[in-house]
Amino acid sequence: MIDKASCSGVWIFAEQRNGALQGVTFELLAKGRELADKRGAKLAAVLFGQGLKDQCADLFAHGADVVYYADAPALATFNSDAYTTQLAALVQQYKPEILLGGSTIAVRSFFPRVAVRVDTGLASDCVGLDVDAAGVLQAVRPAYAGNVLATIVCPEHRPQMASVRAAAFKKGAPTSGRTGELVEVPAAVGEVRIQILETVRDASNQVSLADADVIVAGGRGIGGPAQFGFIQDLAAEFKGAVGASRAAVDAGWISAFHQVGQTGKTVKPKLYIACGISGAIQHLAGMGASDFIIAINKDAAAPIFDIADIGIVGDLFAIVPALTQALKSR
Amino acid sequence: MHIVVCIKQVPSSIAVKIDPATQALTCTGSEFLINPFDEHALEAALALKDSAGAKVTVLTVGSAQAADALRETLGRGADAAQLISDPAFAGCDAWATSKILATAIQQLGGVDLVLCGKQTFDGDTAQVGPGLAEFLGWSCVAFVRKITLEGATLQLERMFEEGYEKIALPLPAVLTVGKEINTPRMASLKGRMAAKKAQLAPVTAAALGLAPEAIGAQSARTRLAKMAPVPRKTGGIKVDGADAAAAAKLVVEKLREMKLV
Repeated sequence: MIDKASCSGVWIFAEQRNGALQGVTFELLAKGRELADKRGAKLAAVLFGQGLKDQCADLFAHGADVVYYADAPALATFNSDAYTTQLAALVQQYKPEILLGGSTIAVRSFFPRVAVRVDTGLASDCVGLDVDAAGVLQAVRPAYAGNVLATIVCPEHRPQMASVRAAAFKKGAPTSGRTGELVEVPAAVGEVRIQILETVRDASNQVSLADADVIVAGGRGIGGPAQFGFIQDLAAEFKGAVGASRAAVDAGWISAFHQVGQTGKTVKPKLYIACGISGAIQHLAGMGASDFIIAINKDAAAPIFDIADIGIVGDLFAIVPALTQALKSR
Repeated sequence: MHIVVCIKQVPSSIAVKIDPATQALTCTGSEFLINPFDEHALEAALALKDSAGAKVTVLTVGSAQAADALRETLGRGADAAQLISDPAFAGCDAWATSKILATAIQQLGGVDLVLCGKQTFDGDTAQVGPGLAEFLGWSCVAFVRKITLEGATLQLERMFEEGYEKIALPLPAVLTVGKEINTPRMASLKGRMAAKKAQLAPVTAAALGLAPEAIGAQSARTRLAKMAPVPRKTGGIKVDGADAAAAAKLVVEKLREMKLV
């Protein structure tokens, strides 16, 4: 266990994929800056990769005072074994008070390992962060199928770790010329048993629901796979993505990659159009935080209407094409 | 080969109310079932048993009621099940649950592979699989969508945001799986009948050699400080969709007003 009194500083894990810093990194830098200022402490970014030293300037411009950069072939792409050992070693050496990462597949794969290895607590998938006067991180995360916001604390152990959902915080504007201290740390990846043989970037599985500004989703009321064409047509008008409820996925009408909800993806687009989705609590947990929600359903009592900004009671097979047409001719 | 599958019993749907006066939380679940992702972990273990031969042991940390979930796994073809249950475990977080499961796996001995669902339906932390791997000192690959075994090496496909990776990993290892990996089987009638007779005496903290203060609420690294209801939207409007064109026009006007089109 790391001695609490010896800890200071806010760290964010700057995830890169294929050499590109992920968007959530900049959201973390903005929030991390705010937390570090409250604590009168430094904000550091941790970057692992190979040949990415140039990217550090971007991290400084977005608020980092320090960048810890480890450069090694074993760190070029995410490897849970290598990343766990490297990050745990850095944490034990430099003792940050707070350690944040994006709620990505990589971070959700290796942050729990780091937490156990350095003996501390981790709050997963947070949507809000604050720090109190005593330096205790208040990590807010949805619980009970998104019905409740739970504030999680880790009072005794350090660092206080949290993974944070994309789009939970706003990215800040870069300050050109802003610089900081670059600490090039030696690679310490330990025994790596996971061997990555091939990375397949698979377009057919790429339903970028997380990044979509507009999602048009279909549910049980769609009635079959062919009718998803109506949904696709409407989504295309917005250059948006197609989502689905669990009922539509379970019925085999559309692949699980499109599923929004508790056992699918959590999304927060600017506009979510729910077509023939009744609004089971598990679905609402995945999309209830969308900025603007339009629901189309023939059942006036469907729970989806409780959270909709515009609820249209009627036949989706008439309304969805009419909407597509109205957008085309605008 | 000995495969352990870790499961959790969860409510099938969750309705939660917070009393505004007392802040008390009432949680009503309609019925209890196996966490959906854990069903896929079980199926992956049973598929390996069918193809390569394996003993499959299912573990759960939970209340006495969780025995029902274990019986279901026995009915589907698991060889053994352990209900790890002790009042001392109340209030344990992901860290403590990982430690309890890792201790039970060490006590079983000779385990080659541990499979978990990628996250639970209720807690949703996705921490227990990777966490217990760390207590065991094993590697962990999370979010796996395909498992094949070649000798003592796992050949895996792991999902990530832009596709998937092919990974080789020698046993022993911990994997967490998503629903993409398979379609869970149903319990056979014969299996169900046999499972009814299974003895599922709770394995206690003492039986695992865990001191009560080392586990449960006092030991938890994270604590729940506060609960609040999610602010729900108000001021939504309802439109009669009998005239589809009129409804569409209204929506487009609103979207234009909001600069969404």
